[in-house]
Formats: sequence, structure tokens, C-alpha cells
Amino acid sequence: MSAAAPGTTFIILMLPFLAALIAPWLTRRIGHNAAWVLALAPVSVFVHFLGFSARVADGGIVTGGFAWVPSYNVSFSWLVDGLSLTFVLLISGIGALIVLYSGGYLKGHANLGRFFSFILLFMGAMLGVVISDSFLMLFIYWELTSITSFLLIGFDHTREASRRAAIQALVVTGAGGLALLAGLIVIWNITGITQLSLLLSFGDEVRASPFYLLALILVLGGAFSKSAQFPLHFWLPNAMEAPTPVSAYLHSATMVKAGVYLLMRLNPVLGETVWWETVLPVFGGATLIVGTLLAIRQTDLKLMLAYTTVSSLGLLVMLTGFGSEHAIAAAVLYLVAHSLFKGALFMVAGLIDHEAGTRDVTKLGGLRGAMPITFAAAMAAAISMGGLPPFFGFLAKEEIYYALWATDPWSLVFTLVAVIGNGLMFVIGFAVAIKPFLGPKIETPKHAHEGPVLLWLGPLTLSIVALAAAVASPLTHRFVSSPMASAVAGDPETVTISLIPHLGAALALSLVTVVFGVIVYRYLDSARAGMAKTLAAIGWGPDRGFDQFVSGMVRLSVAVTRVIQPGRLDVYMTATFLMIALALFAPMAWYGEWPSMPVWPADAQYHELAVFVIALVGLAAVINARDRLTAIVSLGVQGFAVALLFMLFGAPDLSFTQFMVETLAVVILALVMTRLKLTASDHRSTRDKVVDGSLSLACGAGFGLYLLAVTQQPFDPFISEFFAQYSKIVAHGTNVVNVILVDFRGTDTLGEIAVVMVTGLAVLSLIRIRTGFDGRAVADNDPEQREEAR
Amino acid sequence: MRTVIFRSIAPYLTSLMLLFSIFVLLRGHNEPGGGFIGGLIAASALAIYGIACGVAPVRRAIHYHPMAISAFGLFIGAFAGVLSVFSGVPFMTGLWVYPELFGVELALSSVLVFDIGVYLVVVGAISSIALALEERDRD
Repeated sequence: MSAAAPGTTFIILMLPFLAALIAPWLTRRIGHNAAWVLALAPVSVFVHFLGFSARVADGGIVTGGFAWVPSYNVSFSWLVDGLSLTFVLLISGIGALIVLYSGGYLKGHANLGRFFSFILLFMGAMLGVVISDSFLMLFIYWELTSITSFLLIGFDHTREASRRAAIQALVVTGAGGLALLAGLIVIWNITGITQLSLLLSFGDEVRASPFYLLALILVLGGAFSKSAQFPLHFWLPNAMEAPTPVSAYLHSATMVKAGVYLLMRLNPVLGETVWWETVLPVFGGATLIVGTLLAIRQTDLKLMLAYTTVSSLGLLVMLTGFGSEHAIAAAVLYLVAHSLFKGALFMVAGLIDHEAGTRDVTKLGGLRGAMPITFAAAMAAAISMGGLPPFFGFLAKEEIYYALWATDPWSLVFTLVAVIGNGLMFVIGFAVAIKPFLGPKIETPKHAHEGPVLLWLGPLTLSIVALAAAVASPLTHRFVSSPMASAVAGDPETVTISLIPHLGAALALSLVTVVFGVIVYRYLDSARAGMAKTLAAIGWGPDRGFDQFVSGMVRLSVAVTRVIQPGRLDVYMTATFLMIALALFAPMAWYGEWPSMPVWPADAQYHELAVFVIALVGLAAVINARDRLTAIVSLGVQGFAVALLFMLFGAPDLSFTQFMVETLAVVILALVMTRLKLTASDHRSTRDKVVDGSLSLACGAGFGLYLLAVTQQPFDPFISEFFAQYSKIVAHGTNVVNVILVDFRGTDTLGEIAVVMVTGLAVLSLIRIRTGFDGRAVADNDPEQREEAR
Repeated sequence: MRTVIFRSIAPYLTSLMLLFSIFVLLRGHNEPGGGFIGGLIAASALAIYGIACGVAPVRRAIHYHPMAISAFGLFIGAFAGVLSVFSGVPFMTGLWVYPELFGVELALSSVLVFDIGVYLVVVGAISSIALALEERDRD
């Protein structure tokens, strides 16, 4: 372990956020060329972290950070090992290309600056996710990626489909984030550790804990929602409403892999159990098959790619959960390969859309002459995606088959799943790369020609990297694959696979996959029609389920609101006082602590008794009053009598306040009464009178008994003696009540006056609302009234 | 309510009550009184003036919106608390100074500032409710 220059790393981690801050301003100044400047931020991140690669390749890890909230053991700290380093390099490297690509793709867009800002914010958040060492930091960055993804999907916020997709993604991934937080807290409670780097050596404690399953389910909730595992996959294809750079970056190369990252990171802690090695492959495998089948059905280039992203994520989850060393190596290789080829293919799809004006695969063809560079980049990416040499995807696929192939039924099932999934992805990859370019030329909405350098630079670079990584595989394995696989497995691993094919099961399975893919490709149109028919027959899907869920929630909340907020003051008052009566009686009844009957004081003075009589007279007047005003004033009489009692028994401050409160209460109640234009007298039915009367009696009797019970407890003079003793010495005041209010317990008072102010504000706005809208009362929480008001 | 007698004595009553409320506020640390009760007295004073002479003269007389007064009170209450942080003692610790003014020793403190904040919050909040309710002509 070594901590090198924490300051620099911190600044580097904050760079994307700083770039996001200046992006709108810079874009106003120099337009879409701001991309060249803004791309410096991810490039700096890339270069800085590349400097760690030698140390990480030798099995070292780099940590650093600052204490953040030391009293809760929360730190801002990072952990760079093989796993996070690979992710950082992918995020920053692809990020730089995406920033450039965005500059070309959204050139001249009115909100380009905002777009740069969002995408750089996302980049900062995503870097934070993969670099975080502390749980809380991981969670905060995790949710920040959900929020920035929401902003980016809803970037074109004037379209309803965008807004729906954005909200859907936020609900699914945000809820998953909360599950993750809960899971991390469970792990924290099991081990008492808040840092991932320390947690890695406590796997046995976690696995042995009775709360293991709970922690696993919660963490998987976070990972599966973020990485779009079936049946939570539906938000990802909808997220294609976002501009293409976002789809290429967030929804294929980086953010959706956060779930996979989490699983890989926690593999040494939660893995190697029956649960882990069952749940992950089953869900992953199901996602792989469902994703590819749905992809076959699509005609939109982006949607085809989106569904294969879903299936690729399924494949990654399946491999991560498979548990063997080769499965982990395969997951690592496939993750890198997928980021490279899928990012490139998405950028190609956007490029075609940008230049030809459509991305419907059935309306495209013969573009190879017009867009030769794009065609080359697309073909390279598709070859990698199809798992053919000499690209990096080939290595990944060989390793997958190497890891899965065995003769027991469990392995055979998953080998079959992998072959079908890979074969169908092969089909989609080439459908995206070949259909728009080869064949007879089809007239497109725009006259297609090669895009500007900003647009083809990204896909071309990624394809070249995929080629170079495969050709120089020993180097790739030394600096990327092996350290990352070691971090995932928790033990040192060496990845050795190279482009030279070894005769064996893996190669045979590859051949089967290619043959299967070629056959399906030939009959793609009929396969698509068949899938469309099947899906129409099924009808219901999780996407519609989400809508049903949301409208169900709305209906439920309307129903609940109708019950608990009917807008009738008497219902609120009845409920409030009922609760007060219950709260007073229930504890005394539960614990059997009824007060004993007080004895009549022998030394009661006549004037004290007279005050009691005044209070009783006031009370009788309230009950028998003919009109409301008399009742209110009589209530004041009773209140003044109580204030007098306070005075007689030595509480002048309390008495003063009681006098003023009573006065103001009478004045304000009288004003409210005239304001509300109530009838002068009370017209309650006998039933209402009985209910209200018994409630009042219950509350009054409850308070009386409660006070008696309290005063019958032995008196502990500690606190009052403390205040009497120290009031003068410490706080320089002899009025103990006031000293407590403004000095000893001043912070409480500060809170209370804030409440007083806010209450005043609320009352004021309630009074205003009544006359606000042409004298019509409009409540925000009543959907029907609001509809009418429209 | 707007009888001649009431309207004639209301301004005197109000000014006396306001004066008394400040007296109660300032003596609060050692004798019965304090910001809360002082604020209630001042709010009643304003309410009485409003009932007798109408709301508009009251609003003119206090110049600021009562809610703004309340908010300012909360601000200086919090400020009095923060003051102690700058002196290196915990939040809300009372700070005292004893300047000599015309040969009389004056006890000034952040606690007093805080109490004035309480006073203003109460005056502002209560009187803004009372005044809003008194404005019947807007119905």
C-alpha cells in the first residue's frame, strides 16, 4: 500500500466537475469547438491514472484520501487496484472521445453547453463510483450517476417520451441505489468496516453472518437495477431517447457497468457461496437470452444495440457469478471488449443517423461509398462483437467458452445459453455494421456523406484500440486483464489467452456460434417477424408493468389523500384530539400507572378557591354560550383564571405569558370567526355534540390524570438546583426561566423561534389563499378540482 | 369596534404597551420578562392599534412587512449564536462585555442580542397573522 500525492489525485478527480462548471461559458464563447478544450479534463484523468498502471501491474494498490466526518468514521478516500484502474481508464478514455463526438453530433444545438456540463458531471460521478473506497462516498457517487443519467436522458425535455424514459430510469436506478445503501449498511453492521479496501479481507465474516442473505439481496437489488438485469432491464432501451453520445457513453460503455463493477468488487466478499453462484448465473443467463431475442425484433439501430447491451450485461453477471478463475478472466476480457466495440457501434449508429437522417435499418443501405471511414470503423467493431479474430472480442469469447465448457448439466446449460446469446449478438453486430452500408443504395432523408472528424474519430479510435489490445495481448494482460482479474478474484491471477487459436472445445464452440449466427443472419427478416408476432401475443411486459405500477401508485396516493386529507377541518381536529386522548390514556393503562386520588389540601386559602370558581364559571359560560363570540370571550375568562393560579403559586413568567397568550388567542379567534363568515351560533347535531363532548372530556381528564401522575412521582431536585446554583455564576442572570431559555437551552429556543416564524408564514399564506384566486379556494392536493381549474 | 373613545386612546395605549414590551424584554435576564413575553405584548399592541384605526396605518407605522421583521429576528438570533463560534467557544455560548457609558457600567451580551431576536420573531409572526386577519375589506 502506498499513498502518493493525495492532493493531485483529488484535484484530478474533481477536474470533470470543474470542466462541467466552465462548459456553458466556454461553449457560448467558442461554440462546438469547446469540445477540444473540455476533452482535456478526461485526458488529464487518463494520463494521471496511467501513471499508476506499472505499480498496479506489479500487484500493488494505491490508496489515499482525507477524513471527512471523523466522528462517524466516514472518509473521502479512494482505492486504485486492477479493477478500478481499468474502469477509470475506460471511463476517462472513452469519455474524452465522447466529449469530442458530442461536439460534432450536437454542433449548433442551443443547449450544447448544458449538454457538455451534464456529461462531464456524469463523468466525475462515474469516476467517483469506481474509485471510492468508503461506502458512503460510493453511494453518493452512485446516486449522482443516476441523477446525471436522468438529466441526460431527459435532455430533450420537450418530448414526452424523453421525460418518461428519464423518470423511469431515475425511479429504477434510484430505488436500486437505496437498496445498495441498505446493503452496505448491513455489511457495515456485520463487520464494523466502512472501507472497501479493508472489507476485502473480511469476506469470511460476512459470509458466515446470519445477515449474509439480506446483504446479498440488497446489494444485488442495486447492481441488477443499475446493470439492467431481467426483469429490470426495461429502462435501458427506453433510455435510448437520450442523444446518441449519451447512449454510447452511459448506457453501453460505463454507467450500466456500475452494477457489474459492484458485483466484481464485492466478489471476494460476497462470492463463492451457493446463493451467489446460483442467483447471478441464472439472472445473468436469463437477461442474456431475453436481451438478444428482443434485439432481433428491433429495426432501430440504437434499439438493436441497446438490447444487445442488456444481453452483454447479462453475460457479464453470469460470468461473474460462475465463480471459476477462467470465468472471472472471461468477464474481465469481455467487459473491456464490450466497452470498446459497443461504444464504437453506438457512435456509428449516431453518425449514420446524423448524416443519413434515419436510423431505421430497413430504410438504410449502400452507404459504403459515401461513408467509407464509418464503414471501416463499424466493420471493425462488429468483428470484435461477433468474436472473430484479430480483435479483442475474439479473446473474450474464447475465454468465455474455455470457462464455461464442462460436461456436467449445469455447465452444459450455460454453455448453450452463451452460444445462443453470442450467436444472436453476432447477428445484431453485423446487421448494424453491414445492412446500412452494403446492398443496393436506398434513398435516405438526408443526402449522406462522410461525417466530420469529430464524429468518426471516436469509433475509429476505439476499433483501433480493440485491434491493438488483441495483437499486443501479452502487454494488455500484464497491465489490464491480469491485475483486474486478480482484484475480482481476490487472489493473484494471470490471464494468458492470445490470438493464436488452440484446438479444443472453445474453438469448436466458437465455430458453432459463427455458423449459428450466419444462419440466423440470412433469415433475419423472418426471425424479426416471428419475434414481433410472439411479443404481440404475449402483450404484457415489464415496461407496461412500470406504467401500471406508476398509475397504481398515483391512484393509491389519491385514495390515501382523500381519506387522510379530506379538507374538512372538523375531521382533522377530531383525529388530532383523538390521538391526544389515546396518547394520554394508553401509557397509563398499559403500565397501570394510574395516579392515586389527591387529598384535599388542608391549607387552601379562600382567594385561591375563588380563582378556581372563576375558572369553572368561565367553563360553564363557554358550554352554555348562545353565540360564538360569547364562547370565545368566556374561554378567555377561564384562561385568565389559570394565569392567576400560576401567579399565586410563584410562576410570574409563566403567568405573564399565559395572560398575553389568552388575550391574543381571544383576539385572533374572534378575528378568524368574522373572517370565515361563520354563522353566529353553533348548529351541531346531537351526534356531533356527543362525539365532540366526549373527546373534550377525554382530553381534559387525560391531561388532569397525567399531571397528577407526574406530580405524584418523587421529585428529583438535581436539575432545578443546578440551574438555581449556576444561573448567576455562569450566565450572569437571576431570572432562571429566562436564563434557561436564552442561554442554557438557547439552541432549543433558536429552533423554536424558527418554528414560530415558519408557522406565521404558513398561516399567512393560508389566509391569502382564501382570497387569492378570485375568491375561489383551490387546493393543490385535489386532482379533480385542479382539473376543473384548468 | 371603532368607537371614538377606543380610537382616541388606542395610539397612546399602543405606544405605552410597546414601551412596556421593550422594558420587559430588557429586564428579562434578572426579573420576570424576556423576549417571548415582550414580543407577545408588542404584538397585542399592534393588534389593538389595527382594530382601532385600521390595518393600513399599522403597516405604515411599522414600515417593514411583519414577516420580514420576524425573519430578521430569526437571523439575528442565529447570528448571536454564531458569534461565539468566532471566539473559539461552542455555538450559542453567551459572550459578555461591560462597557462604561456616561459613568454607568452596561452589561451587554450576545444573550441579549439573542433575546431581541426572539422578541422580533414573535412580534413579526403574531402581528402578521393578526393584521392579515384584520384586513376584512379585501374579502
